[in-house]
Amino acid sequence: MIEVNELTYIIGRRELLHRLSFEAKSGELLAILGANGAGKSTLMKLLCREILPSHGHIIFRGKQIQHYKLSELARQRAVLSQQNTISVSFKVNELVMMGRYPHFEQVPAVRDIEVVHLAMEETGISHLSLRDYNTLSGGEQQRVQLARVLAQVYDCPDACLFLDEPTNGLDLLYQQQMMELARRLADRGYCVICILHDINFASRFADKILMLKEGKKVAMGSPVEVISCENIHETFSINVKLMACEGYSCPLVIPAMIQNRL
Amino acid sequence: MTVLLLGTVILSSCIGAVKISVPELLAILGNQVGITSLTGFKAQQTAVLLNIRLPRVVLGVLIGAGLGISGAAVQGLFRNPLAEPGLIGISSGASLFAVLMIVLEVGVFRSLSGRIGSYALSLAAFAGACITTSIVYRLSVRNGRTVTTTLLLSGIAINALTGALTGLLTYMATDEQLRTITFWNLGSLGGASWATVTGLLPFILIPVAGLPMMAKSLNALGLGDAEALHMGVDVRKLKRMIILMATMAVGASVAVAGLIGFIGLIVPHILRMTFTADNRLVIPGSAILGAVLLTLADLLARTIVVPAELPIGILTALIGTPVFLYIIITERNKNKL
Repeated sequence: MIEVNELTYIIGRRELLHRLSFEAKSGELLAILGANGAGKSTLMKLLCREILPSHGHIIFRGKQIQHYKLSELARQRAVLSQQNTISVSFKVNELVMMGRYPHFEQVPAVRDIEVVHLAMEETGISHLSLRDYNTLSGGEQQRVQLARVLAQVYDCPDACLFLDEPTNGLDLLYQQQMMELARRLADRGYCVICILHDINFASRFADKILMLKEGKKVAMGSPVEVISCENIHETFSINVKLMACEGYSCPLVIPAMIQNRL
Repeated sequence: MTVLLLGTVILSSCIGAVKISVPELLAILGNQVGITSLTGFKAQQTAVLLNIRLPRVVLGVLIGAGLGISGAAVQGLFRNPLAEPGLIGISSGASLFAVLMIVLEVGVFRSLSGRIGSYALSLAAFAGACITTSIVYRLSVRNGRTVTTTLLLSGIAINALTGALTGLLTYMATDEQLRTITFWNLGSLGGASWATVTGLLPFILIPVAGLPMMAKSLNALGLGDAEALHMGVDVRKLKRMIILMATMAVGASVAVAGLIGFIGLIVPHILRMTFTADNRLVIPGSAILGAVLLTLADLLARTIVVPAELPIGILTALIGTPVFLYIIITERNKNKL
């Protein structure tokens, strides 16, 4: 589905990503973990073709990503960004319809209207359809954006979905719902790539985890393979304890005692 | 809305120093096209309608449409409902060059055969608009990306500079030149003739046809540059096209009719407040409503103090300012909540 080869990104004299290689398949949920400034967002921007790599390749569905037309790419991958404030007041259904823009010229087809309804149902925002986006709470806004992103690739079940910290600013219930939805989408065949901060969320929902530090890969593999005290210390410079938990294959991560406490 | 525009056009064609009734209007037009051979109107009415009033009404429609539509497009581009084409230096560049022409009374231009000579002021104003806008645009492009904040800031800087230069020229001007400058700055459709209409036509028709096609992309741009890109919009090309078309419409309008403020600002707002923020409606709607408002304003301008006429810029500002203040106040109250 998406294959990253020796990816390097340099801005000025700073190397933000260094010879990164990995692969994500259809039906897989890949979580990207890393400290602030580790290069997660840069990687996401490269994968979405917001910026082009300095060296190396990103191969999306067997073709280099820069060889796609923008409109072609828009029908096969969608992106949920972190910052979602808008200055113009759009209604919720108008905003979700924007996800269908790559699919029609001037007037939406019947299918487009149908997909907007389905996407809103799936994300549980049908009742907000006629509300002004700017009057919604942060959690509701995030779900509206997710509905838009989902509508964009609804008819393309092996598309790629990029979620940049989708649980940011959400309460526990919404966080849970957001990740459950991401999981469902992956099970349906989408390739979901997701930046996360919560290690336990990542190990609970993801098929694979990629750990980044200073633009380099620390570890990549299934949660059981990569969740270890060493990897986490290497990635986040914190000490943690692992705790086995009933019903989970992967141990829970909890912070250890602060080291230099007397 | 199209009906509204048609009504306004008929109304404006009929009212004026020489009154023409609707049947008379239709009879004159019918005769010209050759469908009917009705009589019952005076030769004077025909002359007034065809040579004076009609070109003026058409000019009002064109300029109103141009100002309205570019206002809507520029607001979409900046994702800011308070933006106006003037912000990126279009109007100030045009007025600097026009004043330059008036004050220096450039002999070279005068001696350029009579025909081009009479257009010199308009041409200079249009050239000025193109120059300042391209400077502002160039300043705001970094690594092939148009940075909107920089675009706005460079616009403000250029506006200040051209303002100062215009001031300097005004200071140097003679009394008679000052009068010309003032009237030009206030705006007027008084110079209307079929020649100005045909000269202006392509500069308005291209944006009026082209900008609505970008409405969808502009909606996407409302979510942010990156989001629009993710939805398959070529953001760089979109921004360039919008600036180009807005300069075309506004630069040419300013060149013909002087500075007419507020149409580009308030028209898209009225539509957004009453209907929707969807650019697919706001952009074409702004062209129509802009045409209606400017034609009506011009009707007022030439009938309110008969036999003299008021500069139209005064009227649009008189109506525009309260609306502008209303927008600011409601925005402020909304943010408080």
